[in-house]
Formats: sequence, structure tokens, C-alpha cells
Amino acid sequence: MSNIKVNFPRFGSYNVAVRHIIVNGCGVDYIDSPPITKKTLEIGAKYSPDFVCTPFKYQLGGYLEAIEAGANTLIQVGGACRLNYYGELHEQILKDLGYNVKFVNMANADFAKPLTFYEEFKKITPNLNIKKITSAVLLAVKMVEAIDKVEDYIRANVGFEKEEGSFDKLHKDFLEDLKEINDKKELNLLFKLYMSKFKKLEVARPKNPLRVGIVGEYYTIMDEYSNHYMEKELAKKGIVIERWMNVSNSVFHNYVKEIKQSIKHYAKYDMGATSMYTINKALDYAKEGFDGIIHVKSFGCTPEIDTMPVLQRISEDYKIPIIYFSFDTQTSDVGINTRIEAFYDMIMMRKEDKVK
Amino acid sequence: MKIGIPRAFLYYKYHVLWETFFEELGIEYIVSPKTNKDIIKRGERHAMDESCLSSKIFTGHVDYLIDKCDYIFIPRVATLGTHKDTVCSKFQAIYDVINNIYREKNLKILYYSIDIINKDTELKAFLKMGKFLGKKKVQILKAYYIAKQAEKTAKMLDINNQNSLLNSEKLKILIVSHPYNIYDEFVGKPILNTLKELNCEPVLACVVDEKKARDKARKISSTLPWTFNKELVGAISIYKNKVDGIILVSSFPCGPDSLVNEMIIRRVKDKPIINLVLDGQEGTAGIETRLESFVDILNLQKEGGVHE
Repeated sequence: MSNIKVNFPRFGSYNVAVRHIIVNGCGVDYIDSPPITKKTLEIGAKYSPDFVCTPFKYQLGGYLEAIEAGANTLIQVGGACRLNYYGELHEQILKDLGYNVKFVNMANADFAKPLTFYEEFKKITPNLNIKKITSAVLLAVKMVEAIDKVEDYIRANVGFEKEEGSFDKLHKDFLEDLKEINDKKELNLLFKLYMSKFKKLEVARPKNPLRVGIVGEYYTIMDEYSNHYMEKELAKKGIVIERWMNVSNSVFHNYVKEIKQSIKHYAKYDMGATSMYTINKALDYAKEGFDGIIHVKSFGCTPEIDTMPVLQRISEDYKIPIIYFSFDTQTSDVGINTRIEAFYDMIMMRKEDKVK
Repeated sequence: MKIGIPRAFLYYKYHVLWETFFEELGIEYIVSPKTNKDIIKRGERHAMDESCLSSKIFTGHVDYLIDKCDYIFIPRVATLGTHKDTVCSKFQAIYDVINNIYREKNLKILYYSIDIINKDTELKAFLKMGKFLGKKKVQILKAYYIAKQAEKTAKMLDINNQNSLLNSEKLKILIVSHPYNIYDEFVGKPILNTLKELNCEPVLACVVDEKKARDKARKISSTLPWTFNKELVGAISIYKNKVDGIILVSSFPCGPDSLVNEMIIRRVKDKPIINLVLDGQEGTAGIETRLESFVDILNLQKEGGVHE
């Protein structure tokens, strides 16, 4: 047990990889924020500026709950949008609330100088071993890739599971077992084991199911609480879901050149943050004949708002329905479900018409 | 050929540069009128619902210019300094946003793109644009340098004028607002007018030596990414001791301001601050009331009536 207890904001299923970096790379303890609840958002919103994007509020709420659970060192990352300024303001708000915690803000580091990231990690613990942290980060990257592959498979199949909850249970087991992984070899074995387990789960997949692609803002699209478990709601209706946006695709692989080329009829320039990815994938789904596209974002997300006129043109050109969801602290499950229901009915009828 | 310049967004920061450049090259241009109800309505009709008031206003000005000129001028800015200096992604996207909103109109757009990380400097951007306008390199360079000189002079005059106001006996209030908001007839003008009626001297944070302000900002907030906000934050430390209070003015729901205003309120402790967020929906009555009570407090404080 170490007296340094590190927390990183909840983000999709990736916290297990962050945990690996902290525990095996830095040699200190890691504390997950408790699962996000309504209360998380309430306390987060209470201390956040009014019209900041919702992920800021979720993460602040998460920090407060993690501190309550014993965390004393908090990490924030940088990013290509407002996210880049989250850390400094989160830190200031927590300080003003009287919390005496260490705040490690990766926005201080400089991508042009990789060593500055090492300097930031050193703030977590001064006894940092460069070899250990490097190998932990490299394994964490592999973990993220494994998580993403597993989840791609889940999204394509969970809608047709014969036994309700079978995918979900196996997914949880997989993430739990990931915590015990120490090296690449173990990871490969575990990944293979679980993939074969997933493939053995019985599915009743119809011949020609509805296919829906999800695009949108980074955090909200990947955090199931933020998007009101939208993927699960869709799956329940027997829909194949595709979501390209994940950490492997957007961070580890650099597709920018290809993407710029493929969307050039719609956008001459990079419109900021995840906008190019959103446009590119919407265009792919449209070209591949998907039945519909769902665009998700938190309220006021500028780069994603700016993709909307482009998505409207793609929708016109390829005759593909697109529905737009904007999440804030007021969003209700009922409102979301009603709109998903209507969207489902619409794409279903379109499909039936096409078959005729 | 006639160019139409939307009187919105970067116009307020760069109009001397743009206008002089076009004049030197003998290019005819018009500027859309000051923001009015009709322009706001046009913007609200065509821009995305959730986009900020300022970008709705910009869209309204573009809409006004359609069919009144040959080209509409929509420059793009992605980065202005190092990769740690960014601008709101709206400025990165606006060219493509407008192009998509008005696709069926097939707008002819005159543009340039500044992206320092990718080595697209302002000079390069203007050279490209000048070439597109059919001018020779020598001509363009000359026009650009004359325009830069004019810009520099205009800025210096503005700063000098403002500095002379700082000695005024009146209550002085620093307005921290992007130029496209505070100079806008619809957004900022009513605020300035009300303050003047209340016998105050508004001091504008956007009238400042920009480089000096950016350097100062780093000391107040080390990871602040947006260049335009840095200039405003730095201006606070430059003007703070010469004013009686500070008013933050933003358009709803401005992304950068949503965080930066909160940081300012938390870090600038020695001056009274209020935060005004304008959404274009309400009338001016609510704003006037808030300004009046703020000015009352400042007056009391100046007379020594309120102690903290």
C-alpha cells in the first residue's frame, strides 16, 4: 500500500489501462471514481460554471467522489478543445473548495517534447523509474487496443444475444481480469481467451439487420452514462451498432491525411477537435448503406455543432437519416428514449419499403 | 469585382488591415451594415440552433451580403502562435460551416487561412489571396506592408486614446469582451451606452498591446490555450489597478469564455466583477438593471461606503 492514491476521471472502459500505468508504472495506488450516478452530475454541476460542456461537470463530480473515496492525487489530460483547459480550472475549483490534493495536469506537457510527459508523471511520485513507466505505458496502449476490439465485437452482436445480459457479464469479467495482466504475453492470451468466449455466446442474428453508425463528441460518445446508455437501448431493438470513435482509432492511429482526402467535398479544412472524424465516419456509413446515423455531443460543443451543417448535406446526398442528440444536465431518459423509438420506427419503415 | 465583408467576428480585430489591403490593390468592397434585428433574424434562421450568438450574427451578416457582391470574404484562423496557442474552433471551421449552410446557393467565397503550426503565416495567407485576386507579387507585398503599417498605427491610436481616458475622474470600468461582442451594435453597444449614461468611463480590454497582454496572461493562467482570451486576461492585469470594477461580457454559450470567465472570477480577487452573458433573446432591461446596481456598488465603494 502506498500513501499516494491516484484517481483519473472515468472514461469509457479505459480506466483499467490507466490503473495499470499508475500501479505498475508508478508503483502507487489507484482509486477509481465510484460509478457515475445522478448525484455525480449534481455535485459536479453545482461547482462548475453554468454553460461549460457537460463532461467538465461529470469529471468534477467524479473527482469529488474519488476524494471522498480516499484519492489524494488527481490526473487530468489535455486535448484539442476546451478539454485542454479543464485541468487548470478543475484544480482551481477543488482548491477553492478547500481540498488539499495534488493535481497533475498533462496539459502542462508539450507534445513536441515527449520528456515533458515524464516530468508530469514525476509529479505523481518522485521515485519514478523511466524504464518501468515506459513499459507500463506501452502495455496500457495494448490493453486499450484489446478493449476496443472486444467492444467492437460486442456492438455488432449484443443486439441478438439469446441470453439477455450474456455479453455484458462477459465484458465485465474481461475488464476485471485485465487488472491482473503484467505483460504482453499474458494480455494476448487473455484477449484470445475472451474473444473465443464471446464468439461462443449464442446469437440469433437475422439475415439483414438494421445497421446504425454512431458519430460525435469524444467523451459523450464513449461514456455510456453521459449518453444515457444509448448503445444498449439501440441493441435491445436488434440493431447492429458501429462506432469507429475510440481511443485506438483516434489517438494511436493517425489517419488525418486519408480523412482530409476523403471528406474534401464537404470540408476544405480541419474544423477542429473531433470534427473531421465525425464527418469522415458519417460519410463512410452513408456510403456503406447504413440505415441511419446518430450524432451525439454534449450541449454547446462547438466543433461538433459545426459538423452539423455538413452532416445535413451528407444526409441529403446519400438519403440517409441522421438524428442529433445533445446532452446536458437536464437531459431525461424519457426524452431520449422517445426520440430513439421514433428514429427506430422511421429507419425500420424505410428498410421495409426498400425490400418491397 | 466587389468583395462583401461581414461586419462580425474577426472584422473588428482586422478591419483596418483588410480594408487597407483591398484599397491598396484597388479592389472594391462593401461592409455589411451594423447588426440589426433583420440580421439577427437571418442568422437565427440559418445557423445551427446551438451555436453561439456571435456566430449566428456572423451568419446573418453573410446572409445579408448574398447577391450584393461578387465574393463574400470569410477568412479562417486555426493557430496564431505555437501549438499551445489556439483559437476557438469556430474560427477554424467558419469557412466550411458557411459553405455547407449555403451549399445550394453556390456562394463565391474569398478567403485566407492562417495556421502557424502548419507554417501558413499571415503574410503567406495574404500573398495567396492577392494572387487569387489577380495581382502581382510586388503589388501584393506592397499592399500588405502598407496595410500592416496602417493597422499598427490604428492600434496605437486606440491604445493612446484609451490611456488618456484612464486619468478621467469618472468611475472607470474595464470591459472584458471579445471585440466582436463589445463593438457589436446589438450585443455590446447597449452596454457601453448604458455605462456612459450612468456617467462611467468604459475601458476596453481588447484595446491593448496584444503581445504584451499575451505574455502577462501566462502568469495568470499557465495552460490557457486560446490566443484571443489570453489577450483579454493579460489586459486585466495591465488595466486592473486603473479601474474601479470589471465587467465580463460573453455571448451564449461561448466555449472558451465558459471556462475563462470562471477562472478570472476565481483568480482576480481585488476588484468587483460581474459576468454578463447575452443570448440575443432578452431585451436590454435586465442588463440595464444589473449594470445600474453594479455601478451603484462601485460608487459606494469609491466613496468609502462599502468595505470588504
